Amino acid sequence: MSLASRVPSFAPARPEEILKPAKPWFVVLTLALALVANTLPTSGVALALKPDFVALTLLYWCIQAPRYVGVGVSWTLGLVMDVVDATLFGQHALAYAVLAYGAEYFRRRVLRFPLWQQAVQVAFLLAACALLVLAVRVIGGAPLPRWTYAVPPIVGALLWPPLTVVLQWPQRPTRSSSTF
Amino acid sequence: MRPIPAEPPPIFRRGPSPLARVTFLGLASIVLLFADARFRYLEDVRHAAGAILFPLQRLVRVPGEALDSVAAYFASKRDLERENERLKSELIAQSPAAQGYAPVRDENARLKALAGLKARHAEGSTVVQVLYTGRDPFAQKLFVSRGSESGLVAGSAVIDEHGVVGQLTRVHPTMSEVTLVTDKDHAVPVKVERSGVRSVLFGAGAGRAPELRFTPPSADIRVGDRLVTSGLDGTYPPGLAVAQVTGVERETGQMFARIECAPLGGVDRSETLLVLAPPVALPPRPEEPSEADPARKGGRAKARRGG
Repeated sequence: MSLASRVPSFAPARPEEILKPAKPWFVVLTLALALVANTLPTSGVALALKPDFVALTLLYWCIQAPRYVGVGVSWTLGLVMDVVDATLFGQHALAYAVLAYGAEYFRRRVLRFPLWQQAVQVAFLLAACALLVLAVRVIGGAPLPRWTYAVPPIVGALLWPPLTVVLQWPQRPTRSSSTF
Repeated sequence: MRPIPAEPPPIFRRGPSPLARVTFLGLASIVLLFADARFRYLEDVRHAAGAILFPLQRLVRVPGEALDSVAAYFASKRDLERENERLKSELIAQSPAAQGYAPVRDENARLKALAGLKARHAEGSTVVQVLYTGRDPFAQKLFVSRGSESGLVAGSAVIDEHGVVGQLTRVHPTMSEVTLVTDKDHAVPVKVERSGVRSVLFGAGAGRAPELRFTPPSADIRVGDRLVTSGLDGTYPPGLAVAQVTGVERETGQMFARIECAPLGGVDRSETLLVLAPPVALPPRPEEPSEADPARKGGRAKARRGG
């Protein structure tokens, strides 16, 4: 069997395709990479556009691998993010825990939709997450941010389709075993 | 007849339900938020977590940095020539000031010795690299590459080649957090270089111009004026460039003028910064009478430590 036939096509999985279970090391690796992506030095427009990669990756794994990643893992990673970002302790933790809880209900139906419709629903979840952070900070005495505060959740939602394709690639069945 | 059990049999035991978990962890987060925001109980936890996390972050960044250094090695000759040209011209432009500096410093030291004044700032400073910028849209922060192991202490001023960038607000063992002058909770006591008018420059948050607040409309401040630190707070040494006035609005009927400024230091650009040695402790503040004199507040306001 040649290598080419073993490698799945670089497109989103069809709903009827049965994915292989996610490997724990891959989940950990992607979350670590998301954490690094969040801390890359950016400024200006790039900073205003930059989505929360950790939230996005957590959301993906909450939907795809709920046995590994759930409310507890999300909360813990939120605390890590609070240390890394020097924000108030518990701010990201609260937001990510609620995000994971949202994903818990979301995941039963979301995989039926085409990717761009999933992205719309992801936008709502990320926006809810951002609103929660906003509420925490405004209660804590911060001023209202500018309108650009609404941009990262939208960028995050736009990144959902490519992220899904990349993250589910190792889970795709090899082509030889999935001839329809 | 036996009642039908309400719970499913424990084949798929998965711990408490997500709703129970999110409620519990949500409450825990709120407790943490209060403990951190109100009482700052958790600084030790933060330092401990940081001590574990930051070396890992560094490690992950090594491949990228290696790539960068390879790219820098092959940087084109023209780029290097151009940069060399620019550096030379900058050097020439600054040489009068540099040549004049030594005699002025000596004279200053003599005069101070004559007047019996102590040096207000210790010698020595530390060069640091910017590691990453804070993602928090509510605060303007940077993270730099040295920490308490290199002798940095919270409260030190951070500058670049053009002016003040901010001050260290939290020092971890191997890295530190810089609150920028544009942060909403940051204030620098400044004076106008031209006229000597004292005021305080308040940051206004991301994307908004810092302002001189509580300045009367009659103050001698014009567009284009350079603001330098006045050194009244004991945090910033006097005479560092901070900002340039970009707009002055004097509306009749308003108590204060609205004065917008643009920071001179590369708060969102510079990659290499200089942390100045911590200020020599000022003598303790005298007891104030119960009603503070409002006229002196502007000049005496302390730079608030970022929060």
